[in-house]
Amino acid sequence: MEFLRPATWDEALAAKAEYPTALPISGGTDVMVEMNFDVHRPSAILDLNRITELTEWEITGDVVRLGASVPYTRIINELSGPLPGLALAAHTVGSPQIRNRGGVGGNLGGASPAGDAHPALLAAGRDVFVEVASHARGTRLIAIDDFYVGVKRNSMEQDELIRRVHIPVADGPQQFSKIGTRNAMVIAVCAFGFALHPKNRTVGTGIGSAAPTPRRAVEAEEYLQGVLAERGLWESGDLLGAEVTQRFGELVKAAASPIDDVRGTADYRRHSLAVMARRTLTWTWNDYSKQIRSAA
Amino acid sequence: MSTRTIQGQKNLQDIRQASKDGIGGSPLRPDGTLKVKGEFAYSSDMWHEDMLWGMALRSPHPRANILSVDISEALKLPGVYAVLTHDDIPGSKFYGLEIQDQPALAIDKVRYHGEAIAIVAADHPETARRAVKKIKVEYEVLTPIVTEEQCLNPEVHGYVHEPHEYKSHGHGNICHSQKLVHGGGVTDEIRALADVIVKSDYEVGMQDQAFLGPESGLAVPAEDGGIDLYVATQWLHVDRQQMAPVLGLPEEKVRLTLAGVGGAFGGREDLSMQIHASLLAQRTGKPVKIVYARDESFFGHVHRHPAKMTYEHGVTRDGKLVFADARIVLDGGAYASASPAVVGNAASLGHGPYNIPNVRMEAIALYSNNPSCGAMRGFGAVQAAFAYESQMDKLAAAIGMDPVELRQLNAMSEGDSMPTGQVIDSPAPVAELLQRVKDMPLPPPLDLENLDVRTLPGALSNTSHGEGIVRGIGYSVGIKNVGFSEGFDDYSTARVRLEVIGGEPVAMVHTAMAEVGQGGVTVHAQIARTELGVEQVTIHPANTEVGSAGSTSASRQTYMTGGAVKLAAEAVKQAVIEKGRRRYGWTQNDLTLAGGKVVSESAGALIPLVDLLGDEAIDLTREHHHRPTVPFDKETGQGFGHVQYTFCANRAVVDVDVELGLVKVVELTAAQDVGKALNPLSVIGQIQGGCTQALGLAVMEEIIVRDGKVRNASFTDYLIPTILDTPPIPVDVLELPDPNAPYGLRGVGEAPTVSATPCIVAAIRQATGKALNRIPVRPEHITGTL
Ligand SMILES: Cc1cc2nc3c(=O)[nH]c(=O)nc-3n(C[C@H](O)[C@H](O)[C@H](O)COP(=O)(O)OP(=O)(O)OC[C@H]3O[C@@H](n4cnc5c(N)ncnc54)[C@H](O)[C@@H]3O)c2cc1C
Repeated sequence: MEFLRPATWDEALAAKAEYPTALPISGGTDVMVEMNFDVHRPSAILDLNRITELTEWEITGDVVRLGASVPYTRIINELSGPLPGLALAAHTVGSPQIRNRGGVGGNLGGASPAGDAHPALLAAGRDVFVEVASHARGTRLIAIDDFYVGVKRNSMEQDELIRRVHIPVADGPQQFSKIGTRNAMVIAVCAFGFALHPKNRTVGTGIGSAAPTPRRAVEAEEYLQGVLAERGLWESGDLLGAEVTQRFGELVKAAASPIDDVRGTADYRRHSLAVMARRTLTWTWNDYSKQIRSAA
Repeated sequence: MSTRTIQGQKNLQDIRQASKDGIGGSPLRPDGTLKVKGEFAYSSDMWHEDMLWGMALRSPHPRANILSVDISEALKLPGVYAVLTHDDIPGSKFYGLEIQDQPALAIDKVRYHGEAIAIVAADHPETARRAVKKIKVEYEVLTPIVTEEQCLNPEVHGYVHEPHEYKSHGHGNICHSQKLVHGGGVTDEIRALADVIVKSDYEVGMQDQAFLGPESGLAVPAEDGGIDLYVATQWLHVDRQQMAPVLGLPEEKVRLTLAGVGGAFGGREDLSMQIHASLLAQRTGKPVKIVYARDESFFGHVHRHPAKMTYEHGVTRDGKLVFADARIVLDGGAYASASPAVVGNAASLGHGPYNIPNVRMEAIALYSNNPSCGAMRGFGAVQAAFAYESQMDKLAAAIGMDPVELRQLNAMSEGDSMPTGQVIDSPAPVAELLQRVKDMPLPPPLDLENLDVRTLPGALSNTSHGEGIVRGIGYSVGIKNVGFSEGFDDYSTARVRLEVIGGEPVAMVHTAMAEVGQGGVTVHAQIARTELGVEQVTIHPANTEVGSAGSTSASRQTYMTGGAVKLAAEAVKQAVIEKGRRRYGWTQNDLTLAGGKVVSESAGALIPLVDLLGDEAIDLTREHHHRPTVPFDKETGQGFGHVQYTFCANRAVVDVDVELGLVKVVELTAAQDVGKALNPLSVIGQIQGGCTQALGLAVMEEIIVRDGKVRNASFTDYLIPTILDTPPIPVDVLELPDPNAPYGLRGVGEAPTVSATPCIVAAIRQATGKALNRIPVRPEHITGTL
């Protein structure tokens, strides 16, 4: 097995072009487990750990540009303000050891429907982009809505690597909830990300572990956007009312297409998505109304 | 020889001061810091020059005929030294703990998912892995026999073992069964005496021991044609007894030494890699190491028997139990393992620590094509306790009585008789233990103003900020036996040596006891300190050079091997005193050893051990046998079957998110009678650990098997409690001595695992109002989304 250790981003792209089947490794918290279980016997491994840019983040304008290898621990410690939904999701990943190593680039690279970053990224809005690059064709931005294409499949080409993720700085409250059958270190039975985007009067949703890919609950978003606009709630910050949260929960539930597996039943996944949707909507809306009222 | 009398000296008080590291003290484990720092050498860390790596090919099917095995491609791979099948076994092809029904390598058929068919030795684990993949096996896949209905109708669904192959007393697909009748049994007349009858079905899923150190060991071929095996196990001598016939060697040529054990909980009572590594070492003439990967470990050891149980109880309106009837069906899987003993425990302990005038019971273990099940902490008693304690709560609710009061009203105590007719002849403080957990202060209610999500169900998964949370409280009590039962003489041997090293008296304790975390290495040294009045004690590595120490299981090691260490140390003490008497003509009959000296109660310190011993070592070996027991009568279940009983009571406080079905155990209180706490710190650790493993069974731990196939052979989906799942566990330790036991002690390790599961479920029931007749309780059960 070849072990490639590029020192720079350009070298990494060149290496990937030369060895298209080389398996990138960042934190290794998926790669090493899969090798141990004999899922992969890659001909080459492409170690990204020497490329310091991948572990950096910056804010330009209203966008966080998050390096692919910034570990979850740093997202929690450094980015809870601009990326509250993603930071909450990061909190639920594995254990401290895993959070010290694993990052969003690896989550996207694996594209597991159970990856916890995905619902938060989807909820963060339609302007989330995964920045990928290849030696041959340079950089391109993949909209998060086009990124997940199948079970553990994403829309990257074989010669591409993830450079970073562009995520708008939160302009409203965001939440993330995840169901696991123990209270820590658990792969999601299902998960839900939710964000209010007061600036453009939209809301964002993301469903995890309840469909072949992470997905948005489009009808739920549209329903809620409609209600918020029609009733002037963005401006008033008034209470939503039980029937709105209820309906929103039902629409989130309807957007999922889960299966029965060892982690949980499809019925339970649907049921708990509705509950999480109601609760996260309530929490974010309560925070939002407080902001409106204190501003008034 | 001199006859001079040595005069006693003053300050006897100081000298007689018991060592703080003697019994009753809490010296720390010698391996504790190493383990925490990751420096302890486990069996998987061993290395030998020239060593090969062994690996097994395992069946992907739970039931199949093997039409052919072609090893030729595997053998051609460079670096492969041997590929063996059952054809290559030099001796007997079968082994087993109680019944020799398991082939060391599959012969013509496989009976469970993961059964080993062939083994490979190669110069690198990766080469071995590739070689395993190159072995071609042709299977005729058969429909597995997995349900109770299928097992009990062998004419329709077939036999797991053909009737002519039966080595057990079983029949059909029943490996072992035990009936029990007590009082008037259960008849219509007796039923009529009850005011209220409660009948329910219960189910327990398949729990795994989930030890963290995978099965591993190193077999080294010896010059004399024998094998030296270094292995993590629970009982060196029973491993050897099973291995030697298969290897075609006399027992004395199979020498075992205990390697670092990373947890056991019953899962190392059966053989795993021992025979395989030894066969490969015999064949290649090279040391062979085998370390299971995590998924292989889930196939490589037996699990806790899943159980289906039907219980019926009758009670009077004022809360007196009138009768109890039960049927317990345990799924033993493909091979017998410890199934007969599990059945014996389920039948004899399965009505709990209660006085019930009329009792009936039938317990059976099935042969099936599911994974083999055998020993796990509290076996037989754990499954039954979930059922009988659930029944107690239902009975109390049915007659409108407090559930603790109902239990106390019917609790057995010293002098009462078990349903087996065995009179309990030492303390049985069942009612008091319940009272103690009930009287402990309750944790404060949830503070909804200052919420910390980590304290809520779901914790950092952030599923609730107080919504849906309901608190529940449950109580339970359980009974477990200590030591091997039903006529088994599971004696222990200990060798104690006393000599002067570097100017100090030093004791050495040598046993074959497997230290699997229970703390025997600490307790043996404490016993030697107390009996011999010395501070320095070394523990010899456990091996088969000394006689058997029996199994580290059944809560028995401190009782049995601790007892043997006490006997051997007492013998050494007598020998030392005799030596002094002979040399100095002491006439006092109040001599003992203390503070590194021979002391007389009346005359004071007589002589330092250093002077008395000089360069002579006193080295004595003793066996400790517990009082004899007898097998239970096959039809009536009557008999003095158990050595000792142990009891634990619990109270659980849980918060349940009733909308999401998520559970947070807030506190789990335990009260247990331990007779005498030889090492209070270890005792509390055992009780807290036992409670935690019980918590796992209550709410998360299950090997999921569908059509005989294991679906979650990894710690990704076989979940065990993390620190965020484990609540504070206040422990109240009672010390009521058992006159039959060394120091009056009572085995500790299993009782909390028996009692704590039902109490957590009771608390969840109180919070949710759901029936919850199956464990582990899943969110689906609470939310009705199964
Ligand atoms: C004990 C444990 C618990 C876990 N718990 C969780 C959990 O709760 N939630 C969760 O979501 N995940 C969990 N995981 C999975 C894992 O930690 C996450 O998916 C993590 O985000 C992976 O990041 P990494 O840097 O370690 O990825 P790696 O293992 O290095 O890589 C993962 C995948 O991404 C590819 N990749 C990595 N970097 C790049 C790049 N820059 N460009 C292109 N491809 C790339 C790799 O080739 C591989 O396919 C857990 C894992 C373990 C071992």
